Formats: sequence, structure tokens, C-alpha cells
Amino acid sequence: MIQVLFFASLREKLNCAGMPLNIQSPCRARDVLQQLIRQHPEWENALNGPRLLVAINQEMSQPDDAVQDGDEVAFYPPVTGG
Amino acid sequence: MIHVQEADFNLQTEYEALRKQSNGIGAICSFVGLMRDFNDGDNVAGMFLEHYPGMTEKALQKIADEAMQRWPLINYRIIHRVGPLQPNDQIVLVLVASAHRQAAFAACEFIMDFLKTRAPFWKKELTQQGEKWVDAKASDDDAAQRW
Repeated sequence: MIQVLFFASLREKLNCAGMPLNIQSPCRARDVLQQLIRQHPEWENALNGPRLLVAINQEMSQPDDAVQDGDEVAFYPPVTGG
Repeated sequence: MIHVQEADFNLQTEYEALRKQSNGIGAICSFVGLMRDFNDGDNVAGMFLEHYPGMTEKALQKIADEAMQRWPLINYRIIHRVGPLQPNDQIVLVLVASAHRQAAFAACEFIMDFLKTRAPFWKKELTQQGEKWVDAKASDDDAAQRW
């Protein structure tokens, strides 16, 4: 089980701030996305965006980085602070 | 010191706190980012700043740690506001103290360039056309790349 989080415009598009997800681990961040799309086909367009960013356990990560059981995996659009 | 907060900040108060930390400080560089009332041709009446509690603070700490490694800094203060903001409100404060000005200027700019591209904050503007998430700018990526 991992915890998935969505932020900003992505959260609004999905109408979901986050959810626990059962996924076979270890896997890669991109596998988490595919699993989410399998469970929620209506999310495909939003989750397949080219500029989606990912953080694993609150560290900026890459789609091929490993995800372990218990991890927090966040997806979000490019940041616009400052 | 890093703070992510809804409350406003006072430049003079933060500057004095940093200045009094060490007699070795020869230069303090400050940057304050403000909310504009226009963006991409739209009039902006207000804004909401969202963040990722926990990760945002860690990301800012990482940027500050890297600045401390790259330049001979004495200390720094970073404050970034979240929540509802009005035009002309202060958004972000970066103060950098060093023995000489070159390091303070460079590190202050470095921290802002990296904050803009690495720290998880998102701006949602309130315009006459309704609410609108601000798009990330390629020029911000370019600014961070040069370091």
C-alpha cells in the first residue's frame, strides 16, 4: 500500500486530493500512474500530461525512480511559486 | 531560517534579526517578491498560493543548503507566504548574509531561481474571467539552468 497525493490544477481536474493505492512494490513511479489510470480511466488525459512532475517521499523524483511499500507519491503540475 | 506561512512579514524585522547574528557580516542582500495586479494581459484581483506541506519546507532547505555549499555565506532567511493574497502583497523574502557582497548577491539570485523551479508552490489567480492556475514559465527554467 502506498499513499498517492495530487496538487493544484491536477487535484482539481481529478477532483481528488489523494488516495491509498494497492500496488505491487517495488515498482516505478510511472507504474503508479498506469495503475491509477487502470482504476480510473477517466483520469487518463490529466495523468498523461507531458509536464506532470512526481515526488517520492517529498523528494523531487523521476518517472523511473523506485517506489516502495509505504511510500508517499505525489503528482503535480510545474511549480509557480516565488 | 525557513518559514512557510500565511502571515505577512516585515523586512526590517527580519533584516535586524539576521544582521545581529554575527559581527563578521559585511553584506546582506535582500529580495522581496510581490503580487502584481496583472499577468499575461489579465487584470488579477487576488491570488491563492497552494503548497505541499512538508515537502515545500524540505525543498527550500535543500536549496538553502546548496547555496551554503556554493558560497561562503554566514546565514540566510527565507520566508514564503501561502494562502490568499491581494495585489501588492508581499509573497516571498530571501535574505542572504556574507562577509562580502559578491557571495550575497549571487546566492540570493540562486535561491530565487531554484525556488521558482523546484519548490512546490502553485499560484491560482482570480481574474475577470474567473479562477486561473498560473502556467510555469520557460524563462524560469532557463534562469535556473545557468547555475
